[in-house]
Amino acid sequence: MSDMEDLYQDIILDHHKRPRNYRLLRPCTHEADGRNPLCGDELHVTLRVEGDRLAEIGFEANGCAISRASASLMTEVVKGRRLIEIPALRDRVTGMLKGGDGAHEPSLEEDGDLAAIAGVRRFPARIKCATLAWHTLDAALAGKGEVSTEAED
Amino acid sequence: MSATLVDMSVARATAPSAEAPPFPVDRLRPDFPILSRQVRGKPLVYLDNAATSQKPQVVLDEMVRYYSETNANIHRGVHYLSEAATEAYDQARATVARFIGAPDPREVIFVRGATEAINLVAHGYAAARLREGDEVVVSALEHHANLIPWQEACRRTGAKLRIIPCFDNGELDIEAYRSLLNERTRLVAVTWISNALGTVVPVADIIRIAKERSIPVLIDACQAVPHLPVDVASLGADFIVWSGHKVFGPTGIGVLWGRAALLEPLPPYQTGGDMIDHVTYERATYRGLPERFEAGTPHMGGAIGLATACSYVAALDRPALIAHEHQLVERACAGLVTVPGLRLVGTAKDRAGVVSFVVDGVHPHDLGTFLDADGVAIRAGHHCAQPLMRRLGITGTARASFAFYNTPAEVDRLVASVRRAVDFFAP
Repeated sequence: MSDMEDLYQDIILDHHKRPRNYRLLRPCTHEADGRNPLCGDELHVTLRVEGDRLAEIGFEANGCAISRASASLMTEVVKGRRLIEIPALRDRVTGMLKGGDGAHEPSLEEDGDLAAIAGVRRFPARIKCATLAWHTLDAALAGKGEVSTEAED
Repeated sequence: MSATLVDMSVARATAPSAEAPPFPVDRLRPDFPILSRQVRGKPLVYLDNAATSQKPQVVLDEMVRYYSETNANIHRGVHYLSEAATEAYDQARATVARFIGAPDPREVIFVRGATEAINLVAHGYAAARLREGDEVVVSALEHHANLIPWQEACRRTGAKLRIIPCFDNGELDIEAYRSLLNERTRLVAVTWISNALGTVVPVADIIRIAKERSIPVLIDACQAVPHLPVDVASLGADFIVWSGHKVFGPTGIGVLWGRAALLEPLPPYQTGGDMIDHVTYERATYRGLPERFEAGTPHMGGAIGLATACSYVAALDRPALIAHEHQLVERACAGLVTVPGLRLVGTAKDRAGVVSFVVDGVHPHDLGTFLDADGVAIRAGHHCAQPLMRRLGITGTARASFAFYNTPAEVDRLVASVRRAVDFFAP
């Protein structure tokens, strides 16, 4: 498999071309803007939290295939989950992206389509594209209106 | 050491003739060792020259030679090597001064790069020149390096930053520029060639109009020096800044050229060793130009590498080089516009070195990654010009940028790879 096919697997290309949950929820209970100023990726994530569950999620993106597909995959994985489960899911994805020692090796059984995102790890310049959606989800849940991959903390 | 630097007086480009020989790109490419390497299993096509250029072997050799034969700290040394290093550093300054037609080498300040040069001038202006209500003029095309130092200088002093607008094609609105100038304008700071779009700004007009009101002009020449001959004496600007690494020299060295009459009233940007005259525990007096603005041990190795690069460029046939690069840009534009959904960004009449473009439905970063797998190195994103991108209604572009060592065959590989990428990503 070529590097390109590894990075842009069918799953990624499919989610890029036909993103799931690609709409803004109105009304919503939480929302945030995510930006990756290095490449100009912009993401808007809206949530509807009911009780301890993430009942609905929708997003719109102006960005690259990786950031869009990653956001689309994320929405499928987190929708309907209990809020308490979300940090572990996020860590699972960031662990897959890290690679190297101690990295989480993705498997189709455990990770489903999310495993496709692991191809990004051989392209260090693109890892932030893949993590942007998860940072934006974090920011929305934390009540922060915006997040940037490059801003000082 | 000094004897190895090419004498630039014999290296100036000659006038073009009808029968001018073609630019000898095939003969020059072997001078750049990196150009023969492979990346990702493909021969490298390096089209990211506006970000940084590659280095000819002679530059690398001279730097190794300096460090292996001459290295010592300069000034005040009473031993042989220190004298030799001082001589080499001074020679490098003289060579760089000749390269840009600067009559007085004292007006050439070695800095880390254009960013530091602009910060130096902006810092000095904020301290000594700008008052509340004064104005500084920059253009809509500026790289962040020629925007943010002025934002800060204005913020500190209460001065106002005024922006020369550009048209959709990337040309500056010269009439609007004229009307921006007034009795409170203290400085005009403008790029010569847009790093994002390749627009060649009519700096001669910019300078002439400012001079009607005796307003000093700073020119960011980073993208101009690799492509155009620069002659500060005839240009008439007051400050010219550029980075060595974009002109086939090493990183970490750049040039601020400024008129002594304008540099001397500015306070030092940094203080410390080498820039002082007399020091007590309570106070110090400072040296004159150029040492006043070169606190600390300078980048001798970098200055020598840069001077070698300047000599290398000066020995090239400039008219043939310009014609060759023009042909590369034209070929790239002609090929790229045939790709479905592709739009060139920046179509100014006068352009150099850069072709910027966007493709419907394909993000520039995905294009960049796809091209990389074909061995084609381009840049994707906002090119350190976020306000310009916003002005043009986009978040970024894909940018191919050329140097004289690029070939028409490389342009064809660029176009073919872009075409395949668009097929791959198209919805």
